[in-house]
Amino acid sequence: MEKFTSHTGRAVPLRRSNVDTDQIIPAHWLKKVTRNGFEDGLFEAWRRDDAFVLNRPERQGATVLIAGPEFGTGSSREHAVWALQNYGFKAVISSRFADIFRGNSLKNGLLTVILPQETVERLWELVEADPQAEVTVDLEAREVRAEGVTASFALDENVRWRLLNGLDDISITLQQEADIASYEAARPSFKPTTTPVG
Amino acid sequence: MGRTLAEKVWDDHVVRRAEGEPDLLFIDLHLLHEVTSPQAFDGLRLAGRKVRRTDLTIATEDHNTPTLDIDKPIADPVSRVQLETLRANCAEFGVRLHSLGDVEQGVVHVVGPQLGLTQPGTTVVCGDSHTSTHGAFGALAFGIGTSQVEHVLATQTLPMDRPKTMAITVEGDLPEGVTAKDLILAVIAKIGTGGGQGYVLEYRGSAIRALSMEARMTVCNMSIEAGARAGMIAPDETTFAYLQGRDHAPTGEDWDAAVAYWKTLATDEDAVFDAEVFIDAASLSPFVTWGTNPGQGAPLGANVPDPASFEDPQERIAAENALTYMGLTAGTPLREVKVDAVFVGSCTNGRIEDLRAAAAIVEGRRIADGVRMLVVPGSVRVALQAIEEGLDKVFTAAGAEWRHAGCSMCLGMNPDQLAPGERCASTSNRNFEGRQGKGGRTHLVSPQVAAATAVLGHLASPADLSDVQQLVEA
Repeated sequence: MEKFTSHTGRAVPLRRSNVDTDQIIPAHWLKKVTRNGFEDGLFEAWRRDDAFVLNRPERQGATVLIAGPEFGTGSSREHAVWALQNYGFKAVISSRFADIFRGNSLKNGLLTVILPQETVERLWELVEADPQAEVTVDLEAREVRAEGVTASFALDENVRWRLLNGLDDISITLQQEADIASYEAARPSFKPTTTPVG
Repeated sequence: MGRTLAEKVWDDHVVRRAEGEPDLLFIDLHLLHEVTSPQAFDGLRLAGRKVRRTDLTIATEDHNTPTLDIDKPIADPVSRVQLETLRANCAEFGVRLHSLGDVEQGVVHVVGPQLGLTQPGTTVVCGDSHTSTHGAFGALAFGIGTSQVEHVLATQTLPMDRPKTMAITVEGDLPEGVTAKDLILAVIAKIGTGGGQGYVLEYRGSAIRALSMEARMTVCNMSIEAGARAGMIAPDETTFAYLQGRDHAPTGEDWDAAVAYWKTLATDEDAVFDAEVFIDAASLSPFVTWGTNPGQGAPLGANVPDPASFEDPQERIAAENALTYMGLTAGTPLREVKVDAVFVGSCTNGRIEDLRAAAAIVEGRRIADGVRMLVVPGSVRVALQAIEEGLDKVFTAAGAEWRHAGCSMCLGMNPDQLAPGERCASTSNRNFEGRQGKGGRTHLVSPQVAAATAVLGHLASPADLSDVQQLVEA
């Protein structure tokens, strides 16, 4: 995973709540067996409409998505995170994220930032009035900054440490081999196995 | 202080607990399918890692599989590659796989329970959000992303933050014709699509205890639609009776030891939940969704709501967008909404009881002209049981299509899709825009409502059929 320390970029205001993962990346894209090449599938249905915010010329090259509440509800597909990253987004700001999507994003270095809905509204107004306005998402300072807006955000310290250092979860867990082995040795014999029977 | 069911199962799986870190949880059962696993296996290969516990891992093909012509090569080359990738990965890493054509193949959340692999007090994960289904057995079961799939393959553990607990207590008797699906749709409408975020839900109360295992699975399945990764029901005699004798259920002394343990799992009387919701079972009625998220639902007897009636501005905009997408006008009685298609199946309602319930309603009737009804069993075992009971004949005699097992039109990754603008009454779990096919419109319903809707051609409950005479000529 790439390290995330701080990012500054232009933003896309997505004034919709309950943006589900089927909207972020429709199911037919899930047939791919790679982690890349999903950028054209991002918000595919909505992008057929020329007026959709992502299609506006002034939003090209934007890297921060500012979305309505309950972003990422629905399916566990990590492809939704890959699609946002493949397209070029580095951070997503919302007042509420679905749990699985949030976990997936933080495991891939896509920073999902929770801010109060009032702050999201102020950021929407700012970037709608001035598409060139830049938004900074600073993980070291745990702060989102834009013209007239300075908002701190909370993030679990362990997650922040892994993001700042670009650490891979699996190698961290594999250091606990002794604990895993001793847990396995103590499991009761009635626990099921998938070994074929009969 | 006492502990809840979820806390007991959690505590029994902590491999390592350290200040300032998530708990490291042991995973008892890892279910795989073709869609969310290929990139995880690639990750293992890149790092030179193995699957740590192939004996706790099992795979099935479901999302992409066709439900017609399953003896022929899969027509869609991209779907074919994905299924072939799963086959190659399972062969390379030594994982048990039930492929298309195998008698144990089916939707991953139907297969685990019917094999007896899903057991009380276990931790179950799968790269699929409907893994919450398995919580019906008193398992702590939740959906994970592909990075976590790779993590479980490599370590058989997951670092997780301890969730909060929410009790959903449903007391009383469900009225005649009201099902587990209506109950969970009503719960989601009440607490919202984000109401369960950060929580494990525990469904409890006399109405829940009275449910069969299959109905309990329907309830737990849609916990994720309320934002909760997991939903659980305390194991009881109904659970034990379902499990006993299944392929992977314990036997002999192990069975006795298992049951003794399972009986300790129920939430203690003095345990405290972080949040509680109460529902009076008697107040429930057949429930349908009118919008484009599962929280946008109402009793079948209600009208399409007016977006102006929503106080929250985000909800109001969401309702406006939903009515536009769904092609509905505020104030229209839901019973007058005509459908083009009916889908009976999925991990929510694709089990034998669901097929029996739908068949009982279409038996001796014809589905309405211009309506296409697809019946897709959740697994090959479910299909074989239904055929043994003659349900396939009941459906085809009524004019429905009887198909092979798989996820099918729940998400339309295979050819079973709605055409743009088509409207479907579906027993599945998500009514998102385009979920069942680009431009398709989905109303989530119970199998009973689906069947009555197929017969009448508009959203309806079985009670609406009493004065209909559409008997098939002998």
